[in-house]
Amino acid sequence: MFFLELIAQSLVQGSIYALIALGLTLVYGLLRILHVAHASLFTLGAYVGVLTHNATGSLALTLLAAMLVAGLSGVAMFRLAYKPLLKQPPHVALIASIGLFIAAEECFRIAFGASGLSFINTPLQGQVKFAGLQFKQAEIAVMLGAALILGVLAWLQSHTRVGIACQATVSDPQMAESFSIKLNTVRDLNFLVGSALAGFAGVWVAILNNLVEPTMGSVPSYKALAIIVLGGMGSVPGTLMAALVLGLVESFGTVYLGKVLDRNAIAFAFLIVVLMVRPQGLFAKK
Amino acid sequence: MDYEISLLTTIGISVMFALSLNLITGFCGQISLGHAAFLGVGAYTSAMLTKAGLPFLLTIPASMALAGLLGIIVGMASLRVRADFLAITTMGVVFLFIGLVRQQEWLGGEMGLSGFPDSGLGKTGFMLLTLLLAALTAAISLYIQKAWIGRVFNGIAEDEDTMRVLGIDVPSYKLAAFAIGTALAGAAGALYASHLKFIGPDSFSFVESITVLSMVVVGGIGSVVWVAIAAAVLSALPGWFQFIGDYKLLVYGGLLFVMMRFSPHGLAGMVKAMSRKQEGAQ
Repeated sequence: MFFLELIAQSLVQGSIYALIALGLTLVYGLLRILHVAHASLFTLGAYVGVLTHNATGSLALTLLAAMLVAGLSGVAMFRLAYKPLLKQPPHVALIASIGLFIAAEECFRIAFGASGLSFINTPLQGQVKFAGLQFKQAEIAVMLGAALILGVLAWLQSHTRVGIACQATVSDPQMAESFSIKLNTVRDLNFLVGSALAGFAGVWVAILNNLVEPTMGSVPSYKALAIIVLGGMGSVPGTLMAALVLGLVESFGTVYLGKVLDRNAIAFAFLIVVLMVRPQGLFAKK
Repeated sequence: MDYEISLLTTIGISVMFALSLNLITGFCGQISLGHAAFLGVGAYTSAMLTKAGLPFLLTIPASMALAGLLGIIVGMASLRVRADFLAITTMGVVFLFIGLVRQQEWLGGEMGLSGFPDSGLGKTGFMLLTLLLAALTAAISLYIQKAWIGRVFNGIAEDEDTMRVLGIDVPSYKLAAFAIGTALAGAAGALYASHLKFIGPDSFSFVESITVLSMVVVGGIGSVVWVAIAAAVLSALPGWFQFIGDYKLLVYGGLLFVMMRFSPHGLAGMVKAMSRKQEGAQ
């Protein structure tokens, strides 16, 4: 029973990781930038979510607002911050991104206070019994939501012109451009979708913890980087697998190694071990 | 006077710490987001040893040895993975270090360590020691930059594969850069512990790693003089402007971003570009 509970918990955690990491993978695949500031859009989504829900009380509106604001901010971030840096060596964009992330966290702290915000009426707090396990409604919702959204995205990517244009741009930008794919539109679109997913994840984490804090993005940010590295950098299915694997490793690791290492250390110890054995990541083809 | 002495000590430690990272990231081109872990190793080593009764001065070489040894182990990661992957791996090292220390009762756990014996040098003496070691670090850096080993480092930073083709034993040089850089960070850590009289897991967090990286980047990756200047100014800023204290991280983050966005080569690059413009005007 305990075993099943752990697996269930890691699935919830894994779904959230997957939603955050997917945007990072899209960006890395397209631009080869480690987009640390991605997690600030996750935090932004959470703040917008709490504010909208407290003002309107509608969950649909909350999700919509969070995804819209996070998505558009993501596009703005790409145009203003990353685009001028594309010709620089990769560490330049990485460091700029870290700077942006730290500054964003501080802005949240200054604007909304260090102690964070909570929902007035937290949605979906009821308990559900499923296969003998107790879940919060919100936990079920986040798993289903993640599966649904990621499924639809995978379908769009392989069955629509826009999706195929994205894939083409990832594998060979110059060739794609000469086939009259507009590179900048594809990049904008990727930032929009990836950032909207981060905002979506932010709302769910806010609901699950009933709290948004300025620093809530830091741990997911670093974890998401670990995930895309494990997933083989830029591979979408690899990222999803890696998110679930990391969820499992953390849940079980905390139980069996909790006395020696804390949760984050377990995740990163796993990352380091994997990279030393398979430098190309767990799920990369090569 | 006490305040100025304390400030100068802080500056000395920061300069030393930033220059030690500059050796790895600046000279040898191996990006490290985990440098604070080595400051931590040095600080914990020195604190534990002084607690056990060893005089402070003897703990500095011990801190350097342990930090350098662990640095070589982490450096081995740079032989397996490169660039972005290395950045993430070294970031993992910080989280591993903090997570490990946090769960160890004998290292003070979450509460950290305090109440270890004084260096016995007095405040001024300690400041002079710190400044001396910082100057020594700068001198070593300048020497390395000019020497054969520095040229190889530079070659590795520019184009690792070509250096391999030229028959240079790239792995040994990378490990050497990590060993020297992390050992110096260990020495800075010993000073740090003795200066602040308190260390805890959060003193060596990822933010600390980023702070030191921002000093290197703002100064201009690879330039000894400018990195030292940037480290001195950035570590003194919060003290000079008390009102900035609360916004310290915002300033760091913003500066890091603006610097990369408009002058990826830091202050050193800015000065170079300006002098070139002047020459062009004449």
